[in-house]
Amino acid sequence: MDITFKNVTYIYQPNTPFSHKAIEDLSFQVESGTFMAIIGHTGSGKSTLIQHLNGLSVPTDGEVVIGEYRLSKHDKPRDMKELRSRVGVVFQYPEHQLFEETVAKDIAFGPQNFGVNEAEIGQRIKEIIPAVGLNETVLERSPFDLSGGQMRRVAIAGVLAVKPDVLVLDEPTAGLDPRGQKEIMDMFYKLHKEQGLTTILVTHSMEDALKYADQVLILNKGTKFMEGTPLEVFNEKDALQSVQLDVPEIVQFLNRFEEKFGQTIPFQKQSIKEIAQSIQQIIEGAESR
Amino acid sequence: MNNSLIIGQYVPGNSLVHRLDPRTKITIIFFFVFIVFFANNIASYSLLTVFALTCMFTSKVPIRFIIKGLTPVWFLIIFTFILHLFVTREGTVILEFWIFEFYSGGLIQGIAIALRFFLLILVTSLLTLTTTPIEITDAIEDMLHPLKRFKFPVHELALMMSISLRFIPTLMQETDKISRAQASRGVDFKTGPIKERIKAVVPLLVPLFVSAFKRAEELAMAMEARGYQGGEGRSKLRELKIEKRDIFIFILFAIVVAALLLIRSYS
Amino acid sequence: MSKKLVEFRNVSFRYDEDGPWVLKNCSFEIYENEWVAIIGHNGSGKSTIAKLLNGLLFPQEGEIVIGGQQVNEESIWSIRKEVGMVFQNPDNQFVGATVQDDVAFGMENRGVQRDEMQKRITETLSAVRMQDYRLTEPHRLSGGQKQRVAIASVLAISPKVLILDEATAMLDPSGRKEIMDTVGEIQESSGLSLITITHDLQEVVQADRVIVMNNGNKWREASPREIFLEKDALRTIGLDVPFVAILAEELKHAGVSLKSTPLNQEELLEDLWILHSRT
Repeated sequence: MDITFKNVTYIYQPNTPFSHKAIEDLSFQVESGTFMAIIGHTGSGKSTLIQHLNGLSVPTDGEVVIGEYRLSKHDKPRDMKELRSRVGVVFQYPEHQLFEETVAKDIAFGPQNFGVNEAEIGQRIKEIIPAVGLNETVLERSPFDLSGGQMRRVAIAGVLAVKPDVLVLDEPTAGLDPRGQKEIMDMFYKLHKEQGLTTILVTHSMEDALKYADQVLILNKGTKFMEGTPLEVFNEKDALQSVQLDVPEIVQFLNRFEEKFGQTIPFQKQSIKEIAQSIQQIIEGAESR
Repeated sequence: MNNSLIIGQYVPGNSLVHRLDPRTKITIIFFFVFIVFFANNIASYSLLTVFALTCMFTSKVPIRFIIKGLTPVWFLIIFTFILHLFVTREGTVILEFWIFEFYSGGLIQGIAIALRFFLLILVTSLLTLTTTPIEITDAIEDMLHPLKRFKFPVHELALMMSISLRFIPTLMQETDKISRAQASRGVDFKTGPIKERIKAVVPLLVPLFVSAFKRAEELAMAMEARGYQGGEGRSKLRELKIEKRDIFIFILFAIVVAALLLIRSYS
Repeated sequence: MSKKLVEFRNVSFRYDEDGPWVLKNCSFEIYENEWVAIIGHNGSGKSTIAKLLNGLLFPQEGEIVIGGQQVNEESIWSIRKEVGMVFQNPDNQFVGATVQDDVAFGMENRGVQRDEMQKRITETLSAVRMQDYRLTEPHRLSGGQKQRVAIASVLAISPKVLILDEATAMLDPSGRKEIMDTVGEIQESSGLSLITITHDLQEVVQADRVIVMNNGNKWREASPREIFLEKDALRTIGLDVPFVAILAEELKHAGVSLKSTPLNQEELLEDLWILHSRT
């Protein structure tokens, strides 16, 4: 589904002494099938943005359009549930939402709410369990007996079981160890490709944005600071630094290399191996002189 | 979003009322609640009203906060007034209406009781408006101290209160987060038949309890790691101190009480 | 070498009598004024080590000695004076109603006098750069700020060892940097022994020594530089290899004769510069 934000402003507790503008005049577009990364500091408006994607928040001003659903001050979809069945959200630390007696029941909870029949749910669970890297033996266990990493996967399975068209991921790897982080991100990427999802990833990791995203949106204090392909965005080192954001380590290194050696190795998402070869050539070049 | 959160009704300030020792405030309110029932004529009611209003204005708490604090009890105040108006049959009939007769005694009593209520609530809400919950906790711990001799767990009680207060905002944020997550999974908290809505609370409550238990466990461990072994041998950073202003207020209040008793006996 | 402060002698631990061993026959030593990083994947036993150090758990086998005292039921209260701990979740270790109350908590437990408490609160809050937040309530602080308060609370009781048990795991990158900077400054100025427990290899660079845990066993014990050399082995036990280590290796493959293992970008660039200017 295409996603459009048109001059969206969102104010918490408007008309009170505590009113607080979380998003201001934000506009952007995400084409169906895009993997988009949203980056920004804590408090930059990322969480508020996410809540607009499935109608948990409705803009104070402006308009959000998700597929055929329209959200604005005057215009709310009649059936919010329908929108929520098509936009799946994996919140930060999603294992905190588990509550059923068994893993199977918890995964079935979402689809049941959206009126999927039992046979179909059973079928979906069968498919999803291996996809999230779990074993069928966990299905009848209590989710609270599992390890943290397994609980995370169960919670993710619960969102995927609804079969959304848009997948919103709010720092899905927070608190996992490096192997867990990589496994989870690779899994989402695979799903994104295989099922033609539109994926919105909120992350602090520039490395993940570089690796997976087609499009990057940088938020700062509730407004759009920058938007473009990862290459476009991450080559703007100075602009990013002005809002205390880092560039991916690989880009950072190439920048420093340029400062020191006066020679540029342009970054085009090449592998570390290729970069090593470029460096070697520059140094060899010097040697052969 | 976080910054707007206010626990209880405390309105920050630096007025005389704010700076009074919380024990002074609690003691005076305790006695005020008593003497309100001694008032029996216009003069004595006026005296108490003047005292309460003086406290209110000295506190510099904006009137709208005070009115907001009174909203839940307006109904009660008006209800008692009307009840007295209808039920009391003393004095002369001042109005006849259909089958009802209103007596002057009813009117006076109604006003008196309503005023009594109003004063009680005004003064007690002034306490919570000008004193932080943690100050109240400190005061309670200090005032209950003598009960320690009877093995009453005063320190534990106060610690429990202060930790609960400390975790209220945390748990509120958590509730918010979990309800958003479950709403995204298709739970409808706002519409539908009552039965469905009650059922919708389960996916909210279970995770909340699970997390609260986890927090409690971790907090207990952190406290132990920081050397907590109960109230014995502990020192305290927070200190309650009776100042000149407290003594001044006590004397003033004593004068009000004496005057009240005097006025009362002359009626 | 300076004095031995912490010693694990063949320590084994499990939660249940017939459960699996979380820690198996683990031995190591930590010296005064040393920074040791303990690293491992989730469930490798690294956090259990922290809890054993503080007497929150006791080993079934082997013994733990801290400052000459064996850790057991009788000695825990004096051990806890020597060993301060900062945990993972910033919210679940904040006891006080305000920042200063939280810093005071540990001192109150030990009956420190009020004047002394005030003095130490001022000192330790400045050490973690939180002096402007003395009366702030916890829900108005960021995760990184809460963790800095937690560090101040521990410093206030002047321990000999400070343990950070995945204290940065729940923070965003700026919070993580705040904590690592703070910790680095404190270790330098105070002569404290520091044990940082993490799964992030970036955070071990500053340490003097690294202990790598895997499935309850001590897998390696070496300097960060030596650990970085074992790129493939680290991957097989679920850890990430820093970018600089990967690039250095690729450079060697490409025929650039780096002479050492660089720990960070500066060192790598310096090495390359030397090679470059030699010709």
